[in-house]
Amino acid sequence: MTSETSPSPSLPLTDLWRPNRQLNRRIELAVKSVFALFAFVSVATTSGIVLSLIFETISFFQEVPLWRFLTDTKWTPLFASAQFGIFVLISATVMTSVIAIVVALPLGLLSAVYLSEYAPTKVRAFLKPILEILAGVPTVVFGYFALLFVTPILQQFIPGLQGFNALSAGLVLGVSITPLVASLSEDAIYAVPQSLRDGSYALGATKRETIVSVVLPAALSGIVASLILAISRAIGETMIVTLAAGQNPRLGLNPFVPVMTMTAYIVQVSLGDTPAGSLAYKTIFAVGMTLFLITLGLNIFSYWFVRRFREKYE
Amino acid sequence: MTRPVAPSVQEESAEPANNFDPNISRRYLFDKIFVSLTWLAVAISIVVLAALLIDVLIDGLPRFSRPFIGTDVKNAPCLRLTPPFLVTHPDEFTGAACLKWPFIMDFPSRRADEAGLLSALVGTVYVMVLIAAIAFPVGVGAGIFLEEFATDNWWTRAIEINISNLAGVPSIIYGLLGLAAFVRLMAPVTGGRSLLTGALTLSLLILPVIIVATREALRAVPDSLRQAGFALGATRWQVIWSHVLPVAMPGILTGTILGLSRAIGETAPLITIGALTFISFLPDSLQSPFTVLPIQIYNWVSRPQTAFHINAAAGIIVLMVVLLAMNATAIFLRNKFQQKIQ
Repeated sequence: MTSETSPSPSLPLTDLWRPNRQLNRRIELAVKSVFALFAFVSVATTSGIVLSLIFETISFFQEVPLWRFLTDTKWTPLFASAQFGIFVLISATVMTSVIAIVVALPLGLLSAVYLSEYAPTKVRAFLKPILEILAGVPTVVFGYFALLFVTPILQQFIPGLQGFNALSAGLVLGVSITPLVASLSEDAIYAVPQSLRDGSYALGATKRETIVSVVLPAALSGIVASLILAISRAIGETMIVTLAAGQNPRLGLNPFVPVMTMTAYIVQVSLGDTPAGSLAYKTIFAVGMTLFLITLGLNIFSYWFVRRFREKYE
Repeated sequence: MTRPVAPSVQEESAEPANNFDPNISRRYLFDKIFVSLTWLAVAISIVVLAALLIDVLIDGLPRFSRPFIGTDVKNAPCLRLTPPFLVTHPDEFTGAACLKWPFIMDFPSRRADEAGLLSALVGTVYVMVLIAAIAFPVGVGAGIFLEEFATDNWWTRAIEINISNLAGVPSIIYGLLGLAAFVRLMAPVTGGRSLLTGALTLSLLILPVIIVATREALRAVPDSLRQAGFALGATRWQVIWSHVLPVAMPGILTGTILGLSRAIGETAPLITIGALTFISFLPDSLQSPFTVLPIQIYNWVSRPQTAFHINAAAGIIVLMVVLLAMNATAIFLRNKFQQKIQ
């Protein structure tokens, strides 16, 4: 495949066996360097994220002391009497995420069990693409669904449920992360060797007993990893909670009233025309930093857990 | 097979008398209930997806009322129809006859029944083309470097851990990165809240997807193919370019399309970098302001009037059609790829 196909007869014999490949080597070096640079882009992205967050966050904490950020009980950064209680936003984020996980964990895990243990091959081939479509639905569409379909239905059962509420946002958020839990848990369940199941059957266990007390514990590290990824997705999810949970910062865990999550606050400020360098501009970076640290903490916990509890099978 | 036995099984075998339930019919009943529950869980997901799609179709379809054929009264963009048989009397028509699909070919408006999503649709197409132009070469290049060139040292391992970490970063954080880096820092190049800024931000967001897909596609190429190339005296890059890439390309394209179909639905990062919600012109350069379908939909949903909600549903139909078309392409490519390997 070299370009030196027919050396001219006048060349000495050594050139025929050792053709000059300088050009090819140079091209290879150039390609390799450029591609290494491209690989470096991902590292640059991370550094960029960390640097831009840290820079504006430090600038924010020069104006607002950290203890006020942690102890204030109101979140009113845009008012004249500004208060910066981040736990107001965190409480809403935690509430929607908890509701989402309460929905997504059983739905996702049971779906994974069905797909990997019970479903016939043909049904599986039909169900997997459907779950993939569900996973690919843009979150703004889920937001529409939560606000204009789920909330009106819930209002018929729950009197006093407001038009914006954490409940329907959390429920739909849970449905949106179910495919993630299902597909990652299914991978973990699928990796459990058949010999374990056979051993359990040999002891006289039924299929359910085998799944619940052998297969699921054996796949635990993978299941927990999928769950943590889902939690971190729920915490960082923006459009569903912005549309359906409202924009009303409020401390507390009442799911029937409008609340404002961290992501919803960032959207609210971004939609206004915030001049760079203003306090409002800096708060979104401080909130973003909090969000980033929470998801990073979850990621690190997930790594630790998977390494600590992984079962290795040959 | 080091110690595969799960803790609960060890307990059962240690104390069989306490844990063993001899009532087999009750255990089988529980089994049936359990199977029904797993089945129900899958059914709920499907029912929700169906409810979502049907709800959107019922709400949104009436908005696409029949296209009308008329003269070019307003200066709105339309499909020109100038076959001679339409022009009976040339004097009667000031402009060419015009096929106009309301909604799709209208600009946003403060009046819900006149509002359309032309600028959002065109903006989405522009952003997608730009992302493909940026993220595809960079992602594939990075994937080739990590899989084919890089040796296994701490530096490449750091890049790998980094890529898997980036997958867990919320998309709105990418928006903050875009705001700080592209809107503020690189404003002279990107022009602030522009088409280019949006494309760059979303490119960074989907880069890990493309890198991972590229690496998997390259890993699936059998090594004998590479060794055949080396045996002929080719350099590593020549082998990759002429042997490996053509085989891996369907897999790479599948991953790229999946990445793009994620980017097409992303709303939060674009809101954060300040893509506008009301744009009544088409972008004319990389530095011009823009809007995309999800942002236009968000804008319509977040208004109180029901008429705008209908527009949102119609917008969602357009978005989902584009998305499904992209996914169908990805599945088609994947199937073609699988046939080729076997």
